[in-house]
Amino acid sequence: MTALLSLQNVSKRFRGLVAVDGVSFNVNEGEIFAVIGPNGAGKTTLFNMIAGALEPNQGSIVFDGAPIHGLAPDTVCRRGIARTFQLVRPFPALSVEDNVVVGALLHRRGVGEAHERARALLRRFDLFERRHQPASALTLPDRKRLEVVRALATEPKLLLLDEVVAGLRPTEVDRLVGVLKELNRDGGLTILMIEHVMRAVMALAGRVLVLDHGIAIAEGTPDAVVHDPAVVQSYLGAEAV
Amino acid sequence: MPVDVYLNVVVAGILTGLVYGLMALGLSVIFGVVRVVNFAHGEMMSVAMYLAVVLFSSFELDPLLMLVPIAAVMFVFGYVLQAGLINPFITRPEHSQFLLIVALALIIVNALLIVFGPDARTVQTSYAYDSFQLGPVLVDASKAYAGGAAIAFAAALFAFFRFSRVGTAIRACADNYTGALVIGLNVKHLYALTFALGAACVGAAGSMMTLIVDVTPVLGPTYTLLAFVIVITGGLGSMAGALLGGILIGLTEAVAGLLFTPSAKSMFAFAILVLVLLFRPQGLLGKRLS
Amino acid sequence: MTPAALARLGGGTSRHIVILLMLLLAVLLAPWAVNDYLLTVLIVILYSAFTGQAWNIMMGFAGQLSLGHALYAGLGAYVAAVLFVDYGIGPWIGFLAAVPVAMACGAVIGFLAFRFGVAGVYFAILTIAFAEFARIGFDHLPAVNASAGLFLPVRQATRNDVWHLRGSPTMFYYVILAATVAAFVLCRLLLKSRMGYFWLAIREDEEAARAAGVNTFRYKMYAVMISAALTSFAGVFYAFFYNNLFPEQVFSIGRSIEMILGPVIGGIGTLFGPILGAFVLTGLAEALNAVMAFYGLDIPGAKQVLYGICLLVVIVALPEGVWPPLARRLGVGKDKL
Repeated sequence: MTALLSLQNVSKRFRGLVAVDGVSFNVNEGEIFAVIGPNGAGKTTLFNMIAGALEPNQGSIVFDGAPIHGLAPDTVCRRGIARTFQLVRPFPALSVEDNVVVGALLHRRGVGEAHERARALLRRFDLFERRHQPASALTLPDRKRLEVVRALATEPKLLLLDEVVAGLRPTEVDRLVGVLKELNRDGGLTILMIEHVMRAVMALAGRVLVLDHGIAIAEGTPDAVVHDPAVVQSYLGAEAV
Repeated sequence: MPVDVYLNVVVAGILTGLVYGLMALGLSVIFGVVRVVNFAHGEMMSVAMYLAVVLFSSFELDPLLMLVPIAAVMFVFGYVLQAGLINPFITRPEHSQFLLIVALALIIVNALLIVFGPDARTVQTSYAYDSFQLGPVLVDASKAYAGGAAIAFAAALFAFFRFSRVGTAIRACADNYTGALVIGLNVKHLYALTFALGAACVGAAGSMMTLIVDVTPVLGPTYTLLAFVIVITGGLGSMAGALLGGILIGLTEAVAGLLFTPSAKSMFAFAILVLVLLFRPQGLLGKRLS
Repeated sequence: MTPAALARLGGGTSRHIVILLMLLLAVLLAPWAVNDYLLTVLIVILYSAFTGQAWNIMMGFAGQLSLGHALYAGLGAYVAAVLFVDYGIGPWIGFLAAVPVAMACGAVIGFLAFRFGVAGVYFAILTIAFAEFARIGFDHLPAVNASAGLFLPVRQATRNDVWHLRGSPTMFYYVILAATVAAFVLCRLLLKSRMGYFWLAIREDEEAARAAGVNTFRYKMYAVMISAALTSFAGVFYAFFYNNLFPEQVFSIGRSIEMILGPVIGGIGTLFGPILGAFVLTGLAEALNAVMAFYGLDIPGAKQVLYGICLLVVIVALPEGVWPPLARRLGVGKDKL
């Protein structure tokens, strides 16, 4: 299997604090890869570097054969990486549909076309009924789903999900997990996710990377990682599976 | 041009700059703690200047003596303004808060215009034309007193923030809003107090400024812009930066006025502003904003 | 196309279309119904409505607060005026010349600001600095007569000369009316376009917009340049209507603030907001003038105090502006906003 995303020895320092220290891993095309670890382990910093919001001090990030480290976020998105945010960021005053249209317009030049694609996605994600409501009026779970839909509208090859099921009830978690599984299996979408909720990790991830204090301490299948003594020792930050 | 002309201009510029610095200090304190961009700062200074003018013309009271009372009046004004009008806007979008203060500035300038008319008012003290001879330099007495008063006032403010309990509490609010709330500080009151202190600075500076320039209502917006140039150049949130910026701008204006036409002197201040905003947005002494 | 079908197209009801048509008729026939003074007032209102819409593109759509828009109007005015006074070139050609100048200035300001991360209030201050720069600069520029002012020759023409914008107030009225309507149509088209969506995304959350693939730098630049170009037309109109230009007035920060009052009071980001705001503000100002005239008072500055109070009231009590709540009351569809 080809590595769609490849990180080599990536580090990020903030003035004295080393947030990410020499992390290397590959994400293969078509797989679902999870990054877990206690709070402050550097997971979101890692994401931000992949997505272009931050520039690594050291190391390389290669996507689809081309280096992307240091590129601007919108360029990274155009290359095929879409992301969600840990603290949801919809466009509050815009309607649900318009939110998704913004994403769809990346690859669809016509506004009408973009609306069609947006509506199709909204139907799939069960947000069609609320498509005219302003995003600010949505509940948290719906806003999270909206962000995922907006990200998907940009037709990415790789989807970065930052704690996308945090704060959701178990039934909502299962629902979202189901849709993501479908997208991965039927659509061939590669997913890289940061997660605390082990229920989602165990259900989705093919492989897992564990970060602690910026260092990768374990990598492997969910089962292997969960039983790894090093991982068990550091705080897993998980609820019961 | 002979050297002593330059020296005179430089010294005059520095002294005026100190008063500018005090004005900007008020803005820096307000922004550094309350995070309000006080676009009515210069207008508030105009109010203080007119106060001084009225006290002088009606009661022959010297602006330097009236420094403290005028500062006190502006203190109260500032407190009421922050606690009453501006405070609810802390959580509103940035441009809302800004436009609110723009509205205030508009009202103040034109209210002053209505009450006092467009003609210039001056304060002619007994020492208005005196000067000291310090070596080769001829120093204007008014400017010297004003500059000295500015330093004294600024020093008092520094001491307040450094050594008093309230001052420390205010600095805590600035550093960590939530933390301050958690330890039980009455942040709303402290914010109002800070705005009041900023206003007091402006009051004092305004008082001193009447010794140096003629007073017209249109000065308000000019001083607001000047205050921003100084604070951004010196560094937001840095008190020493505000004074340093003030001196720098006072100097630039004076020298530019000498070398080019006096009416174009603000252009240099603006050029500096643009350069600072682009290349060193944290200013000379400010902390790097993330 | 039946009125009902037309109404549905615009997102309203037939009743709305009838009202709109009546308003349109009133507006078209106004010069015959009102005296010269009121006509001038209407011209001022439409001028405000036009500049308000131009400014609204930058702020209401793209979220960039400019407090130095007088710069573009001033540039438009001076470019067209100088071309006319020195070379006899008509204002419409003058406008064609002014547009690149205004766009270039906007591009410079935008580039400097956006490349160096100057945003929000700092951006506003930057725009003020540039406008002030222009004001002081033009005040010392011999080519435009510096602070003494530039005057356009006014011939007593017997007929209206639209090409040279020389003529009766009625002519000017229709010109600015056409311009305001054109601006409205343009704004609507822009808002519904791909660029419009990107602008709104940038306004709402720039970082999220970037994460969704929007090239925020490019689209912010477009917003600034289009807004500048449009505003320069207002300047051209101003020069030929008032026939005198003083840098102190034309580039003043007071002018810039006056330009934003309409949209802020009417409703930033809406289509009708700037227009409604212009009517409300000028209406109130005229009411004030009438009251003062009645008592034989002449208080310079009173109008500005009124403006300041209106702004204050709107910001505190009606943060969305006057139009959105009104629109909801009238049952106008979201589309028309």
